[in-house]
Amino acid sequence: MKPLPIATLPIAAFGIGLLAVWSLFVGVSDVSLAALFGGAPDQATQVLLVSRLPRTLALILAGAAMAVSGLLLQMLVRNRFVEPSTAGTAESAIFGMMMVSLLAPEMPVFGRMAVASLCALAGTGLFLAILRQVPLRSPLVVPLVGIMLGGVITAMTEFVAYRQDLIQSVRGWETGDFSAILLGRYELLWLSAALTGVAYLAADRFTVAGMGRDVATNLGIDHRKVMALGLVIVSMTTAAVIATCGMIPFLGLIVPNVVSLVRGDNMRGSLPWVALMGAGLVLACDIAGRLVIHPYEVPIGTMMGVIGSALFLYLLLRRNGHAG
Amino acid sequence: MIDVKTITKRYNGTVVVDGVSLSLPAGGVISLIGPNGAGKSTLLSIVSRLLPMTSGTVEIDGLDVTTTPGEVLARRLSILRQDNQIMSRLTVEDLVAFGRYPHSKGRLTDDDRGHIRNALRYLDLEPLAGRFLDELSGGQRQRAFIAMVLCQDTEYILLDEPLNNLDVKHAVAMMKLFRRTADEFGKTIVLVLHDINFASCYSDRIVAMRDGRVVHQGPPEVIITPDVIRDVYGVEAQVMENGGQRIALYYQ
Repeated sequence: MKPLPIATLPIAAFGIGLLAVWSLFVGVSDVSLAALFGGAPDQATQVLLVSRLPRTLALILAGAAMAVSGLLLQMLVRNRFVEPSTAGTAESAIFGMMMVSLLAPEMPVFGRMAVASLCALAGTGLFLAILRQVPLRSPLVVPLVGIMLGGVITAMTEFVAYRQDLIQSVRGWETGDFSAILLGRYELLWLSAALTGVAYLAADRFTVAGMGRDVATNLGIDHRKVMALGLVIVSMTTAAVIATCGMIPFLGLIVPNVVSLVRGDNMRGSLPWVALMGAGLVLACDIAGRLVIHPYEVPIGTMMGVIGSALFLYLLLRRNGHAG
Repeated sequence: MIDVKTITKRYNGTVVVDGVSLSLPAGGVISLIGPNGAGKSTLLSIVSRLLPMTSGTVEIDGLDVTTTPGEVLARRLSILRQDNQIMSRLTVEDLVAFGRYPHSKGRLTDDDRGHIRNALRYLDLEPLAGRFLDELSGGQRQRAFIAMVLCQDTEYILLDEPLNNLDVKHAVAMMKLFRRTADEFGKTIVLVLHDINFASCYSDRIVAMRDGRVVHQGPPEVIITPDVIRDVYGVEAQVMENGGQRIALYYQ
């Protein structure tokens, strides 16, 4: 099978553009072309600029950033089944968010994110340290280790949160939901967009790192530095997304795996696809969540959980022969 | 010149390489032979800075491998280890193109493209250029890795068991290619080989190791003898001469 030609990228981008436009017009309040230019233009414009547009931008930015984070982690750990929620990264970030709420509730959102990033980095580092000690007989052991580590960290978080009456907030970070996104409450996600840009600039180095330490060293690349850069990008991105809209599960797992099947793993070619498809999948899930029980909403964390687990099972069974 | 001075490598008290000193002049094909566990692969990894040594120094043209920046060494020396577990879905052409990374840092020039085309052609990979690595056979994949290393176009090329997974036809073609690379382009090629007859027919120099030490070294006519083979491997062999080449028979 040959990789998909690059020319298909603009077509995919156009399709996702259409989804984004659709996302602007789905909701309880009447925002339609007729409303914008006819009946009550002020109110419709207000809703569009303060709620719908930020929500749509947040969906695109968070979707692209989480999918790319998954890709980066998979390259660095050299395992197809890791992503921020199967490597202890997301759980550690949530732990950090909770500790800030407890100890420094007045801290501005950027500070919260910084603390969550540091916790995410430490948690992912711990995950890698455990992996070095565990004999790996199957590639599936790697995500299992990550899920167990995440479970332990979540238990710690919930123990403290339960005693301090913070369970509500913790649930909010654990389940992605874009319904509360308003102008002024999503801008942190531009930071993850910038980090995704950095990942693209270093794409060749990440691809080489994905071939293992020996090949990277042979090609004159400092494997430790690339590893450190990648982990910082993944940790900060995950923390920014959790602080803004909560965790979106499975995204970082499914999108890079599907793109790898059709486009291969040369990151310079595949990263734009991963970013686009991540944005597209999140947009589609969020629109679906807004439509199924209209005028109520199903949060995107739940939607992704349902769609994502089914897709993940499919990938798992399909790849069974040569997992990893 | 590769200058190895009293290299020792210990793993938790077990000595794998034991005070090896070796001086390999530039140019030609050099084969490292010896029984399993003799320390050949470990020595090759230390020389190519993939593995730190317990003590000793390695210099490549006067550059200490432990202190010289990796990107400088990558333009002078390349290494391919024996089991390359690459899970990435890269096409053969992409993989070979990464051999140019030390020179181009990802921005391929026409010169780089020429190297990539040549490497694909020399290794008979042109029909497979657009295929993903995980869709190839073991031998095809091995040829793709060697193409990447040759594409790196370094003065010194170190290969750990490059004939792994290759059938007779491709093994012979590979050894001829190494010979030609050394003769026409003046490269220094250091190989770890298990087949002593390939070593005998294609090397300028053979280094024999046993128990972490270099026990014999010299041109094939000095090394491929019943006495040396008995000393290195502990087997009885007959050595036949055939058209100026020495072939050891040790199958009975």
